[in-house]
Amino acid sequence: MKPGTTSAACVALLRRDLALTWRRRGDALNPLLFAVIVVALFPFALGPEAQVLERIAAGTIFVAVLLAALLSLDSLFRSDLDDGSLEQLVLSPHPLSLLLACKIAIHWLTTALPLIAIAPLLAMLLHLPDSVLPVLLAALALATPLLSLIGAICVALTVALRRSGMLLTLLVLPLIVPVLIFGAGACNAAQAGLPYAAPLLWLGAWLVLALVLAPLATAAALKISLT
Amino acid sequence: MSAIDPADPPPLLAARALAYARNEEPIFGPLDFSLAAGEVVLIEGDNGSGKTTLLKVLSGLLEPTAGEVLLNGVHLTLAKLSHQVALLGHLPGMKLELTTLQNLRFAVGLGGIRPGITPAIALASVGLAGYEDQPLRLLSAGQKKRVALARLLLVPAALWLLDEPYANLDREGIELVNRLLLMHAQRGGAALITSHGAYAYTSGTPRRIALRATTAEPAGREAGA
Repeated sequence: MKPGTTSAACVALLRRDLALTWRRRGDALNPLLFAVIVVALFPFALGPEAQVLERIAAGTIFVAVLLAALLSLDSLFRSDLDDGSLEQLVLSPHPLSLLLACKIAIHWLTTALPLIAIAPLLAMLLHLPDSVLPVLLAALALATPLLSLIGAICVALTVALRRSGMLLTLLVLPLIVPVLIFGAGACNAAQAGLPYAAPLLWLGAWLVLALVLAPLATAAALKISLT
Repeated sequence: MSAIDPADPPPLLAARALAYARNEEPIFGPLDFSLAAGEVVLIEGDNGSGKTTLLKVLSGLLEPTAGEVLLNGVHLTLAKLSHQVALLGHLPGMKLELTTLQNLRFAVGLGGIRPGITPAIALASVGLAGYEDQPLRLLSAGQKKRVALARLLLVPAALWLLDEPYANLDREGIELVNRLLLMHAQRGGAALITSHGAYAYTSGTPRRIALRATTAEPAGREAGA
């Protein structure tokens, strides 16, 4: 690998970011704990009746997971900007959008995937019917990467601003509302015994679109941020 | 600075009427200069004269407002695709949580590797043998700078753009930088170094490009901040 291939660069970036996440595993667990706490608080506030919890279960889990993922977005490019790694990424001869796609993938793997993994536990806490659980997991599996991809564009736009947290939230929220409506909508439809394939297919279509376009938009936004 | 004869092979780096302005406020330029293979050139200027910004423009990080940068006679935006420029800025571009070796391996993955060198050899040649598994966080500022220099040794870039490479280094470190620059020049590379004049490149007498503040600068503004 003398002049450095693009795949070697992507592998190096994936390995570095995974190693970094492992070093900062305390921080990485934060979104997970946040989602668990939010969901665990609902029965205390609403009372333990199964019928009440069952009705709000899917929506609550969805909101908690999306907020937890939102919480972790700000750190996506922050440390890379602060220590100059981002400059090195931009200067590297490889397509920036591909490198950023790797970073977004790592973000999803380290924040959203653990959330999906504990979703069955959260579902149990809120008495979600077992028959709805597969739909919930499918909806989360489609919605969380979408959030990472959409979020990355917004983070790239705001990363150069100090104290960009508020602005980031305001930018991202309206964009993820449709994701929430379709994701939670699929679960609610399944719970009511209605067909739920359509909202899931819509999420899938958006995910494919975002997979192609979001890294390009993120790269362009980041270049603007760096000048 | 020097006239470019069309009969000559193109210089490694050439800037033509290069200027950069931020929000209509000129930072530097217009500048004309060229850099041949084997040359080390100092860019001198006071704080705020645009040294850092010039290096960022030359590396392709910033788009020049006017003029153009040619690398081996090819426009920079095209030449960028060929692993030829390495920039060492104020920020090391390395992760404090990772070990020196992990950081260098990442740099190699991203930028490729010069034949006949490994990250361990590069670390040894900047005087950090035995620090392979130390997290960068535990190293001093000067040692971090040395790791950043090891990165330059590893990547196959012909043109080094060094922003204040002597900052934070002890006398031995300054000699190390000079030795690395001499070695790089001898194998056909070239380097542009910024300096505010406190330390200087001592191997031979390098060409100097003087950078002056183009307008009265607002007080307290740092170079390229």
